[in-house]
Amino acid sequence: MIDSTYILLQQYWWFIVSLLGAMLVFLLFVQGGQTLIYTLGKNETERTMLVNALGRKWEFTFTTLVTFGGAFFASFPLFYSTSFGGAYWVWIAILFCFIVQAISYEYRTKPNNFLGQRTYEAFLFVNGLLGTILLGTAVATFFTGSMFSVEKMNLTNIANPIISSWKTHWHGLEAAINFHNLSLGLAVFFLARILAILYFMNSVASESIFERAKKQLLYNAIPFLVFFLTFAVWLILRDGFAVDPTSGKVSMESFKYLHNFLAMPLVLILFLIGVVLVLWGIWKSFISKYTKGIWFAGIGTVLTVLSLFLVAGYNNTAYYPSTFNLQSSLTIYNSSSSKFTLTVMSFVSLLVPFVLAYIWYSWKSINSKMIDEDEMKQDGHVY
Amino acid sequence: MIDSLDLSLVDWSRAQFALTAMYHWIFVPLTLGLAFIIAFMETIYVKTGDEEWKRITKFWMTLFGINFAIGIATGIILEFEFGTNWSNYSWFVGDIFGAPLAIEGIMAFFMETTFIAVMFFGWNKVSKKFHLLSTWLVAIGANLSALWILVANAWMQYPAGMHFNPDTARNEMLNFWEVLFSPVAVNKFLHTISQGFLIASVFVIGISAWYLLKKRHLLLAKRSIIISSVFGLLSSLFVAFTGDGSAVQVAQKQPMKLAALEGLYKGTEGAGLVVVGMPTPNKVYNDNKDPYLFSIEIPKMLSILGFHDKDAFVPGITDIIDGGYSYKNKNGEETIALSTAQKIDKGKLAIQALADYKLAKDSGNKEMMEYHKKILDENFEFFGYGYLKDPTKIIPNVPLVFYSFRIMVALGFLFILFFALILYLILKNKLDGKKWLLRASIFMIPLAYIASQAGWIVAEVGRQPWVIQDILPTYAAVSSIGTGAVQVTFFLFFAIFTTLLIAELKIMFKQINNGPKEGGN
Repeated sequence: MIDSTYILLQQYWWFIVSLLGAMLVFLLFVQGGQTLIYTLGKNETERTMLVNALGRKWEFTFTTLVTFGGAFFASFPLFYSTSFGGAYWVWIAILFCFIVQAISYEYRTKPNNFLGQRTYEAFLFVNGLLGTILLGTAVATFFTGSMFSVEKMNLTNIANPIISSWKTHWHGLEAAINFHNLSLGLAVFFLARILAILYFMNSVASESIFERAKKQLLYNAIPFLVFFLTFAVWLILRDGFAVDPTSGKVSMESFKYLHNFLAMPLVLILFLIGVVLVLWGIWKSFISKYTKGIWFAGIGTVLTVLSLFLVAGYNNTAYYPSTFNLQSSLTIYNSSSSKFTLTVMSFVSLLVPFVLAYIWYSWKSINSKMIDEDEMKQDGHVY
Repeated sequence: MIDSLDLSLVDWSRAQFALTAMYHWIFVPLTLGLAFIIAFMETIYVKTGDEEWKRITKFWMTLFGINFAIGIATGIILEFEFGTNWSNYSWFVGDIFGAPLAIEGIMAFFMETTFIAVMFFGWNKVSKKFHLLSTWLVAIGANLSALWILVANAWMQYPAGMHFNPDTARNEMLNFWEVLFSPVAVNKFLHTISQGFLIASVFVIGISAWYLLKKRHLLLAKRSIIISSVFGLLSSLFVAFTGDGSAVQVAQKQPMKLAALEGLYKGTEGAGLVVVGMPTPNKVYNDNKDPYLFSIEIPKMLSILGFHDKDAFVPGITDIIDGGYSYKNKNGEETIALSTAQKIDKGKLAIQALADYKLAKDSGNKEMMEYHKKILDENFEFFGYGYLKDPTKIIPNVPLVFYSFRIMVALGFLFILFFALILYLILKNKLDGKKWLLRASIFMIPLAYIASQAGWIVAEVGRQPWVIQDILPTYAAVSSIGTGAVQVTFFLFFAIFTTLLIAELKIMFKQINNGPKEGGN
């Protein structure tokens, strides 16, 4: 018997996870900015301003990543179990990138910091470069699939009670040598840099940084467009992983993701508005002395990424497909938590607007003016 | 891609998780307690307007920030290691365990992150009251995050509020409040955060004592000692009180852990507590060797601690393996304990019933489905035993748990005396002259960390082989990856955490040496 409330909850939680993923990609501007410190900052004061502009936001990206992981675990535990335990190396590599970031801001300029300022800056760069590319690559496997099998009843095999097993020795690194995956990874990397540039233009009071940022905007927008369009066109043309809603059987369907966009026009509209907003944010900032581009590009990023996640999971689609055994593919229905847990979690999710409200209020309170040289010289908490 | 499970994979996965957890736990308790100490100090500043209190607050805040950063770095790994290294576990109990992790993120981490930014960067940008509120919210957020992860840990020690669903082959939550307010969860939370407060108090007193010895920053040192000795004394008393609660929980819900931490093989009524002793090396549970090379015990104390009854029977390791003794079950009924071999048989019955249930379901045989589900339900409480090769696998590492427990308890009592003495002397203005005590205060800092780590060794090593008490052993919880891969990541984590720890300590020592003027901003 179909339980429509349960289905609604599963869809609601896919939406929440997608929204968290979309916000995470937007907040990756911190990572993008970390790869631009030496490109945009030509002396120590400029670099300090850039690092401090990012340093007041890095914990939000980090916390969003942790919450994204926690929410995924709570709502779709089979994904957590299959992907993290299977694509071991790619997730470990991502985690390493984030470990070294977490201490770098605080320790960078502290006296007697053991590794030296340049090492901490290198950590920030590695986090910005690999963190974004690997996260984008990992998310791309939602469309291209991975080699794994899932058999829950293996739990009854006492000699080898393994539910999910990965079927390549590379344990996830193979995703990074698939060009379709990599095109999303690189698109995310360049997008993160673009968002960082727009963020700097908005929050750092320095003419020279502003001018350099503007130039870099173009240099990063071109490869972003190339990789993003490669991914998007490929996505629309490729076969997708369709699920029979009655039997739950997974099969390949031509133009599945194009069909999903057409079957869910609202999602298509979100996607198109998102892309236009990102492009508008870039263009307007490039052609004029505009500082508000981050808002357009930021909102555009959230809408675009949200719509991509929705296309991956809604409309009877396997969001984490197995190319080893199609029937092992994960859908939002076969991998979710129980109805009870999703209900409990849904009540908790009502706190989210309240959380967003206090974040907004606090940011407004401490970011009312742009970061400038004077502030860096004051007796404040400077990274 | 392994055909049968490699046992060294389980050991290395455990080692990696233990490594990460122990490193993480170096930094977390200080965050939990120091956040409140800073909040107390800032409250006094706002109330009195005395700029010296602001300077004191900012100094400890700097040390807080250095410690907090590395706590975050080690914390993210723990969350994801449930998936990377304990894949089966993530599915088997993810329906229950995932929720606290997500709630932790939504409720606690964002609160910490948002208000920590105001706390550090908002001094000249927001009102005094909003800044103070932010400092308090950082403290509350940090401790709330501890609540949710400790609820999750407590549930692993004492699974409650759930049932096993054979259709999905996992445990599913039935009652959120039973998970959140399980007696083990409440006690564990209070015991853990109060020992975090204790560590922070010792930390502040130790550093302040060093200033007194060096005759530097005397006002800061004395004021800091007053705040933290009061906080520390109250916390250490609360640690002892909740420790007593933990003993009762362990006695009733994890009798093997109690037997192991006491090195008790042959159970008895009115069991004594070994205060000092040395377990006999290589003792086998059913040999006739004396369990201790020597021991000094308080008669009947173990029965009192575990059951609040001086004549209560405390089962030993041999009793738990052989069964046959009388105890009160979950429903409070007097029951004869099964032997571990019988439990293993029942566990295998439950596992087979699950397999048969699936076959019956696939063939559409509802009658047989019900039949096998009944067997599964009747035996599910022993499900995990079905994976054990022999009964001795349920015995944890006795010497490690035995010694850790004694270190934890002895230091716990020492801290009560320490805080009381420091508070008395500082109030009488006699602390400056007690150089031996000031020096001892510095050495109390590592002792506080040792006590804290020892506590977790008792809690976690003591419950081996269970990831989820009685229903999932580590063997059946692990991810299917090569042992070599886990070995590589173990050493990578070891190298990076150790490097970062050295960096943290060097920076911390420098800031302490610089003192509030240079480091307090």
